[in-house]
Amino acid sequence: MFNILTIFIIIPLLMMLGLWLSRNVRQVRGVMVAGSSLLLAMSIFLVFDYIGLRKAGETAQMLYTSSISWYEPLDICLSFGVDGISVAMLLLSSIIVFTGTFASWRLQPMTKEYFLWYTLLSSGVYGFFISTDLFTMFMFYEVALIPMYLLIGVWGSGKKEYSAMKLTLMLMGGSALILIGILGAYYGAGATTMNVVELAELEIPVKMQNIFFPLLFVGFGILGALFPFHTWSPDGHASAPTAVSMLHAGVLMKLGGYGCFRIAMYLMPEGLQMWDEVFLVLTTISVVYGAFSAVVQTDLKYINAYSSVSHCGLVLFALLMMTRTSCTGGILQMLSHGLMTALFFALIGMIYGRTHTRDIRQMSGLMKVMPCLAVCYVIAGLANLGLPGFSGFIAEMTIFVGSFENVDVFHRVCTVIATCSIVITAVYILRTVGKFLYGEVNNPEYLKLTDATWDEKTAVFILIACVAALGLAPFWMSDLISHSVTPLLSNIIIR
Amino acid sequence: MESLTQFIQMRQEVALIAAFLLMFVTDLFIPERHKKMLHPIACALLFVQTIIAIKPYEASLFGGMYNSTEITSIIKAVLSFGTLVIFLQSTKWLDRPDASHKTGEFYILALSTLIGMYFMISSGHFLLFFLGLELATVPMACLVAFDKYKGHSAEAGAKFILYSLFSSGIFLYGISLLYGATGSLYFDDIAGKLHGCELQTLSMVFVFSGMAFKLSLVPFHLWTADTYQGAPTAVSGMLSVISKGAAAFALMTVLFKVFAHMSDLWIQMLSIVIVITITIGNLFAMRQNNMKRFMAFSSISQAGYIMLALLGNTQQGTASLIYYIVVYIAANLAVFGVINSIEQQTHGMVNRTDYRGLYKTNPKLTMIMTLALFSLAGIPPFAGFFSKFMVFSAAFSGGHYLVVFLALINTVISLYYYLLVVKAMFIDENEAPIPYFKSCRSMRLSLVICLAGVVALGLTSGVYQLLFNLS
Repeated sequence: MFNILTIFIIIPLLMMLGLWLSRNVRQVRGVMVAGSSLLLAMSIFLVFDYIGLRKAGETAQMLYTSSISWYEPLDICLSFGVDGISVAMLLLSSIIVFTGTFASWRLQPMTKEYFLWYTLLSSGVYGFFISTDLFTMFMFYEVALIPMYLLIGVWGSGKKEYSAMKLTLMLMGGSALILIGILGAYYGAGATTMNVVELAELEIPVKMQNIFFPLLFVGFGILGALFPFHTWSPDGHASAPTAVSMLHAGVLMKLGGYGCFRIAMYLMPEGLQMWDEVFLVLTTISVVYGAFSAVVQTDLKYINAYSSVSHCGLVLFALLMMTRTSCTGGILQMLSHGLMTALFFALIGMIYGRTHTRDIRQMSGLMKVMPCLAVCYVIAGLANLGLPGFSGFIAEMTIFVGSFENVDVFHRVCTVIATCSIVITAVYILRTVGKFLYGEVNNPEYLKLTDATWDEKTAVFILIACVAALGLAPFWMSDLISHSVTPLLSNIIIR
Repeated sequence: MESLTQFIQMRQEVALIAAFLLMFVTDLFIPERHKKMLHPIACALLFVQTIIAIKPYEASLFGGMYNSTEITSIIKAVLSFGTLVIFLQSTKWLDRPDASHKTGEFYILALSTLIGMYFMISSGHFLLFFLGLELATVPMACLVAFDKYKGHSAEAGAKFILYSLFSSGIFLYGISLLYGATGSLYFDDIAGKLHGCELQTLSMVFVFSGMAFKLSLVPFHLWTADTYQGAPTAVSGMLSVISKGAAAFALMTVLFKVFAHMSDLWIQMLSIVIVITITIGNLFAMRQNNMKRFMAFSSISQAGYIMLALLGNTQQGTASLIYYIVVYIAANLAVFGVINSIEQQTHGMVNRTDYRGLYKTNPKLTMIMTLALFSLAGIPPFAGFFSKFMVFSAAFSGGHYLVVFLALINTVISLYYYLLVVKAMFIDENEAPIPYFKSCRSMRLSLVICLAGVVALGLTSGVYQLLFNLS
């Protein structure tokens, strides 16, 4: 039985084969462009097809499902299926893989190996989003983690070895927690199925939920930059090459939020009830702390990495608020942050490639030398601080409105505190932009620099278009998402 | 007449003994200039032996002294196949002028240890078990000291033989206590008479400790690092996978079959030993620069992971244990193969720092090493991930959450030191990396086999499924 979703794994595998066989940079680029545009086309098609099916009255929680038994003694199946959330995430991944290819167009040396690992990483991401089997999900999750080590270690900059090791080990620590959580869910529910949807209908003893929920949540939370486990993120993102930062901050960190929602919270609602206030406090701290840390940074990538901590914290914050609006907002924030942060990292990579510094104190007046990149940076900044018309506004608005629907004092106080992050975001964005884009050119060397090339423009314009599209016509996405949030939430909310 | 048919029923052992004798005779009569022919002959003999007995069979002979079940014949075939891979990896080493005159000896000794392991695995009586253990150990000591002109090979041999004797003594003492407590040495008889009094507990601890030496579980691991470092690399590989695999299986048989009634006791003991073994192995591995020593500590911690399978129920535990051993053989032999071929090529470079920049000059070798290390660390989609998952899940099903948790945290530590090797090969700069070279044909064949195992054993669920159904 052929499942249309498996194309999302088959294409990356074919791309890897093609890359392995290709002999020069031209062929490598050809394979990458062909493969990633095919993936993009597929995911756009999937969005339309999915909406079409829903309109036609499909009510099943997961569509395009299929399941093949794999390790029968442990009920492990290769089972695939998507709902609105995963469809949205697939679209996000495809956009970022596509633009990431253009953002690393001129990467040297060992271009072939770089794209091989990059494609392996993306295959892990796709596999994670289309799987509905706990084991298969976990397997793809780890497939997405390990190439990071080499991608950062070999092609990175700065203190790359340290960052690569730190990132890999922290994320692997997270996945160790996830593995034990998965075993807990499987054996707790009586060892009959690994399928997420089927598991959710079974009872896991409350005692086990109370032990394994925090393990699962923290495990995924590490990837979602949950305070105090976020420390890999600034170092890792700062050292990674451009496209890897894009993919990692844009998509991989979303795996964390997605896993928290789909696995931890969905399967263990009673455990969630016991622990939600603890984690809510932690996410609130992430949101505010990340923003404050971004204010004092001087390295562009560090600013953006801490901003990611803050925004990804907001994703988990929204999910823990557990209202339909806030969860929809949380998923929208995943999309929005994924696009925006990819845009940021792409631009920072391009600027760094020209000025060879990312320190905002050493740069000034870049608007005059590279107007295109600079204007795009300003747009990205405005989107990030939540200007209406861009995706950031929609997502944050939905989150905070949804969070405020909780009537108790605790949730409201958390919401109020988290809302402050919007102001702080404005501070660091405007300060950065003012400092290094405007003013006089302080370094005569900079006058020789050129503006964006065609491949860079392709990457940046596509991302800006997506950010604007999500901001101007959000109902498309929010309908798609909120439909699928409802069945998940009905399982999560038990009070 | 009847006993003759009984002998023929032990077809794996008989085939192996025949191979051993043929090898012996060939070695005696082969002319000096044809010595090189010994390699293909040995490989062919072992290959034929593996094939002859590939079909699982059941037999119980000599009043239950010798038991062959389907699962034992599978583990024996696996061990034979692993030894075959080691034979393939040792040709270049044996062709060196100082070793070539005793090529035949290597094969004879290796085959005779294998015979010992076979009997140990199949025994249903402690006396046969002990004989098998000794037969596996003594030739192994000769193998460890094979490069006897090298100081540390001889030292390693001495250490190995002393520790082995000591552990055999402890094991023998345990058996004698057990005989005193139950009046029998047959596994089946003993199992019924155990109820956990002090004497029986003591004997169980002694038997366990004796086996733990062979498996290099902490605190019985002290011989491991020096022995692995000093022994010829092919022999280190054999020690780390073949004897460890056989010992793990034999220990499992003893614990599951003989001490089944005392499982509460040994599970407690084993859980503590496992956690300490994994942790100590990992912590020491981090500091090693010599790759062989590094692999010694890595294999100590791997032994701990293998033992995790025993914490589960019998069926899942047996299947996971054998599956882990199979995967471990593939991955570890790939690593030892790469170490060996680099060592032979460069005349003795075995340090991690020597491997810096290896990817630029020898990309294929580096990739094999990397994938094998990823498999050892348990990174998907390589087989090690699946085998680790199986043992964790076996231990988890027994309700040992904390042990599984601690073992899982340890996988992160192990990832760190495996990545150090990857880092040396891929990332570190080196002005004069080991220049490009082509390994000999049999080495390449062995590496391809191992690599195929590392990639395919996990993604195809057939092997685990088969083991699960048979156990």
